Amino acid sequence: MLSEAVREEIRRLAARYPVARSALIPALLRAQEELGWLPPEAMAEVAELLDLPVEAVAEVASFYSLLFTEPVGERVIQLCTNISCLLNGAEEICRYLEERLGIRPGQTTPDGRYTLRIAECLAACDQAPCMIVGTERYGPLTPELVDRILFGDGERP
Amino acid sequence: MTERVLLRHVGVPGQEDIETYLRHGGYEALRRALRELSPEDVVEMVDRSQLRGRGGAGFPTGRKWKFVPKDAPVKYLVVNGDEGEPGTFKDRTLLEGDPHLLLEGVILTCYAVGIRKAFIYLRREFYQAYRKLERAIAQAYEHGFLGEHILGTDFSCEVVLHPGAGAYIAGEETALLESLEGKRAMPRLKPPYFPAVMGLYDQPTVLNNVETMCCIPWIVKHGPEWWLAQGPPQLYSVSGHVNRPGVIEAPLGTTARELIERAGGVRGGRRVKAFYPGGTSSRPLRAEHLDVPLNHESLAKLGSMLGSGAVIIMDETTDMVRVIARVCAFYREESCGKCTPCREGTRWVTQILERILHGRGRMEDLELLESLAKNMTGTCFCPLGESVPPSLRAGLEDFRDEFIAYIRGAREPVEMPVRIREGILAPGG
Repeated sequence: MLSEAVREEIRRLAARYPVARSALIPALLRAQEELGWLPPEAMAEVAELLDLPVEAVAEVASFYSLLFTEPVGERVIQLCTNISCLLNGAEEICRYLEERLGIRPGQTTPDGRYTLRIAECLAACDQAPCMIVGTERYGPLTPELVDRILFGDGERP
Repeated sequence: MTERVLLRHVGVPGQEDIETYLRHGGYEALRRALRELSPEDVVEMVDRSQLRGRGGAGFPTGRKWKFVPKDAPVKYLVVNGDEGEPGTFKDRTLLEGDPHLLLEGVILTCYAVGIRKAFIYLRREFYQAYRKLERAIAQAYEHGFLGEHILGTDFSCEVVLHPGAGAYIAGEETALLESLEGKRAMPRLKPPYFPAVMGLYDQPTVLNNVETMCCIPWIVKHGPEWWLAQGPPQLYSVSGHVNRPGVIEAPLGTTARELIERAGGVRGGRRVKAFYPGGTSSRPLRAEHLDVPLNHESLAKLGSMLGSGAVIIMDETTDMVRVIARVCAFYREESCGKCTPCREGTRWVTQILERILHGRGRMEDLELLESLAKNMTGTCFCPLGESVPPSLRAGLEDFRDEFIAYIRGAREPVEMPVRIREGILAPGG
């Protein structure tokens, strides 16, 4: 199910390490970038490419919070609620996001656009409260900024 | 105030480009080392600089390098860029602001210890830093600072950038090695096998933090005496209830009061109730300790630690029970589950704190929390579980009245901090 380009990239990744298994996380991330998440078939394919038992791939995929073993929305929101963000109103931002998206943390909007996830400290406490949408970081968040990020400018930032 | 060192070029437009970095004296330390210094000289300089690791444990860097067997045919350098200790953001600031400074430190370290291959492990959430560093590495190869026969010498070195995938525990050095080997980030037993002797792929491995690496070019360029005369420079991540949160470079031993002042003061002109001096794994201190020098020794005397230098300021309106509950919930969330005291301890503690916040606490809960703190001290497999008792103890000893207020109903029950709330809702949580 992976494109030949990604399969080739995974083979190249493996060559960067003295032991091919080291390429497992980068390979899974590459597969996930293409597919949005990691269906069992994709894990099996990565296992085959790196010559690993599929169990070795599954146990890694299920351990890390940013390897998605279930479908997620087009854009994943990681909202930090750890201490510095908590002290700066992350809970209000969380409630605002829940209200605007109509979902609870851990859920995906019915149109498949957004998944809202609670993140631990994102190492951006100078921007507290902060969040990452896709691969971009935003903060300090206010309800107005949240609206602009999610719904402003033709609905896409 | 001395001139900025580590942050000198952070914020300079285009600093991530090698041309700009070179214009500001970049890679001069590397040129100097390859021309004038033996690898042993570099190790000695770092040793004499008294540099201590900036990742949290504060181990002397020069000594760490000396543990690596000289004659080992294969050795590795692994840079820990998994910055995840709540309240810490100085590594990210360096990575985004001056990626070549890190690279120069990495190459110098490889030269000093006789290493030909380095891995830089960045947590997945560092998307921007990853892009910048990826580009910086390519530029360093193009300019002959990486690759074969660096600057025409016999020294060769390569760097591989490696992403994590979301796990705080990967910041623990042996868990990071497991992760880099393509496994679950679960810590290894040590002693007997410390990474310096048996690390990545069971080979001798130097593990250093991003900020530590960024100190090296300065020490090599100007010498250890100069370095010490600068403070030595230390990065403090200052956040929480301050007007201008940010990374502040100040001499090691600066007080929290001075840092708060430099961060624009406490928000709303309020007074400080408490602060974490070294991330949430350190014991939080009361306002009466605002004038304690934030260094390894002074903080150890108070049962706390400098850790990663993350100073989190909490003003007089802060609900310490909620803060401590949130901190404990973080460790529960991130516990890898390998050892019982951490896996069960973090869960029990969080459940009890939840109950107290919900107005269903009992006075016996305080004793139960005390006994859990005791049973999680010195029993956990790695520092993660051991990070819970300092907060818990501070809560029970210094802010006990706030716990009692919830138990006695003098304080209105409150909703959980959001992570705990999600934990309740999650299946099996």
